[in-house]
Amino acid sequence: MSEDVLQHALVYFLAAVLSVPVAKRMGLGSVLGYLIAGVLIGPYVLRLTTQESGHVMHFAEFGVVMMLFLVGLELRPALLWELRSSILGMGGLQVVGTTFAVAGVGMFFGFDWKIALAVGMILAMSSTAIVLQSLNEKGLLKTQGGQACFSVLLFQDIAVIPILALLPLLATRGSGGASAEPVTGIHALPGYLQAGLVFLAVGGIILAGRFLLRPFFRYIAETNLREVFTATTLLLVVGITLVMEKVGLSAALGTFLAGVVLAESEYRHQLEADIEPFKGLLLGLFFISVGAGINFSLLTTHGSIIVGVVLGLVLLKLLVLLAVGQLFGLQRDQNALFGLALAQGGEFAFVLLAFATDNRVLPASISDVLVVSVAISMAITPILLIINERVVQPKLAKTINERSEDEIDEHDNPVILAGFGRVGHVVGRLLRYSGVGTTVLDFDADQVETFRQFGIKSFYGDASREDMLRAAGVAKAKLLVIAIDDEEKSLQIVDLVQREFPNLEILARATSLEHLFDLRARGVKRIYRETFASALEMGVDALRFCGFRATQAHRAAHLFRQGEEQAMDKMMALRNDDSAYLSEARQHLENLQNVLRHDMQAQRVPDENWDIQDLIREVTEKTHPESKAEGTGTVSGG
Amino acid sequence: MNRLLILFAHPALHKSRVHRQLIRAADGLSGVTLHDLYEEYPTLAIDVAREQTLLLGHDTIIFQHPFYWYSCPAMIKEWLDLVLEHGFAYGNDGVALHGKTLLSVISTGGPEENYQATGAQRFTIRQFLAPFEQTANLCGMEFLVPFVVHGTHQLTSPQIASHVADYRKVLIGLRDGVFDKEAASQYSRLNANLHSVLPSAFHSL
Repeated sequence: MSEDVLQHALVYFLAAVLSVPVAKRMGLGSVLGYLIAGVLIGPYVLRLTTQESGHVMHFAEFGVVMMLFLVGLELRPALLWELRSSILGMGGLQVVGTTFAVAGVGMFFGFDWKIALAVGMILAMSSTAIVLQSLNEKGLLKTQGGQACFSVLLFQDIAVIPILALLPLLATRGSGGASAEPVTGIHALPGYLQAGLVFLAVGGIILAGRFLLRPFFRYIAETNLREVFTATTLLLVVGITLVMEKVGLSAALGTFLAGVVLAESEYRHQLEADIEPFKGLLLGLFFISVGAGINFSLLTTHGSIIVGVVLGLVLLKLLVLLAVGQLFGLQRDQNALFGLALAQGGEFAFVLLAFATDNRVLPASISDVLVVSVAISMAITPILLIINERVVQPKLAKTINERSEDEIDEHDNPVILAGFGRVGHVVGRLLRYSGVGTTVLDFDADQVETFRQFGIKSFYGDASREDMLRAAGVAKAKLLVIAIDDEEKSLQIVDLVQREFPNLEILARATSLEHLFDLRARGVKRIYRETFASALEMGVDALRFCGFRATQAHRAAHLFRQGEEQAMDKMMALRNDDSAYLSEARQHLENLQNVLRHDMQAQRVPDENWDIQDLIREVTEKTHPESKAEGTGTVSGG
Repeated sequence: MNRLLILFAHPALHKSRVHRQLIRAADGLSGVTLHDLYEEYPTLAIDVAREQTLLLGHDTIIFQHPFYWYSCPAMIKEWLDLVLEHGFAYGNDGVALHGKTLLSVISTGGPEENYQATGAQRFTIRQFLAPFEQTANLCGMEFLVPFVVHGTHQLTSPQIASHVADYRKVLIGLRDGVFDKEAASQYSRLNANLHSVLPSAFHSL
């Protein structure tokens, strides 16, 4: 039996290892890679997996739970509170709007209103796994559109609870038939008890997170056994999942809450580092099983229906989403991202469809078709996102300003500025103020439009693409300023420039120590830690408030900066060769430890300039006090 | 062969007419190091150890700068204050500069005749440079007659070019040790009569 498990594991791992790097390199993203791998090993191509992929999928859904825990860790409670209106407003409107839109179309095609409504609720869900993973990979999660996606997905997670409660009420062929699974957990209880249990579970997680988990993690951390800490983290996630499932709540929601509560604890990075690989593997497994689970035989028999359902589903969701985004004031490019990202069925649909069939809400014939359609719509999502990136966004930028295409060929500014965000815009404005021609490349269509209104030559585009750089006039430029905050992109640009335009000078913004080292390892000489200079200025003012004279404080910062540069040299030498395999959070911690260790060992360099101690000693030692040393033209008489 | 270090200070070189040309006198001269202080230390945060190492590696130190308010730009003053430390440049153990030579290469807006007791500026250049002369003295260095370009506001391009050529001759003469310092000391400025202080081979340069 174990041999069987290992054989399965071998197939899944092999599929992932072979297909994902290829997909990634082709710019398709890992999610599509996993999905394709799943289709390939599935029962309709290579037949390496059996029909068990459904079980695998159920197991792998745990990856989604872990992902929401990680998302929660990134989201402090205050930030979540800020998002409340978009979660309730956009999320609520999206779920209700899609439900009724789908139900309306269903009734138009002659389905019973109960069936139509049930299908509407089920299809209103989008795929947290695919959307968050894809957006994260593209670095779009922090954009306005990405945040909107996240808010809606979070609301959907919450909405699953009432939907599970409502679905049995829509049963068409007698309520809860004999073959249906007995209603378990929370749904067997009367309403007030259900509500009480929900509050108890959620409140329990928040209170435990606040008061119990931190001391507990400290106790575990003090054992200095890495794997025990990992085990504790997994215990937490698995435990919450089971409790939530027992009371019939969404496990993802529970771990998300736990994550939010722990987001402000000192163990955040460690927790992230521990869960990250599990999450990645399980999500990969999940995507593979979605791919493997697509029932191609049904596709041959019901082909046209399924194609129609998929197209209808995607279009309908897209329209509802665009309307919601418009209503909530999303800018056009962000709204396009929002709409295209969420226009698919989600993994919850699988659960809900099974639940609905068991409760005789839907006949198997309908739910079978829907399962395949949802799976296909999920597989389409990464493609929609690529279309968004390559076609829709540039189009939007172009309609904003028709001249962009002609202009991009002819300018020959000496400086190309990649990224016009909080770092880039200062650089760009200084250059402009000083009359130096600058061409800006940025990824935000609306911003680009604004810059253009103010006469800044700016173009919507990805500076890590060779054709884009060429079009921006890199051949005639002297200097490329890389001011984007996406570390991976920044390194890609450096690699590209060093390969294709070796004579172009690079000034690079470093967003983290790890990024700094990555840039250094590539031989980039001019690297700027984005927050270092202003932090140092702040430190100087802090010193002044503590009684330092302005120049004294300024000089201290100067010496500190020199020491820092030496420290960076040392750390670069110490740098872990395995760093590529450490998670970002882990690496961040390690770098911080190295810096602090260096600070402890380093002697503070006294400021020896303008120092007259030597002179005074020499003068007082003299037998003839009127000798030449007194009152010279040098620093004295202080 | 003497090694020459030009400590050059001009806070707004892009606006300069004379010094931008003068520094080109050092172009391609072996044994001559041009050290552009405002370019090296835009915040006046002078690297003292580095400057002292440079001093030790050269025999003749040249301060080249415009003559601001009868003295040097702030950078040179800062440099003097920081680099010529007690124990390095002066004091019982401060012998690092002993035997070296100091030269000022300066430009003034006003004409030469203003710099005399009866002129508008009431003092001679040499009198104004007394702090530099005594600094050299305290550090055990020989102070040369200054190389002065007067009346910069009215100089024509050919005139500037001829000053550049003179400067280059002086640099070569100092480097090769053929400069007649004795003869030069009779003049108020080093470049008053180069014929008498440089060997005849230089005249055709």
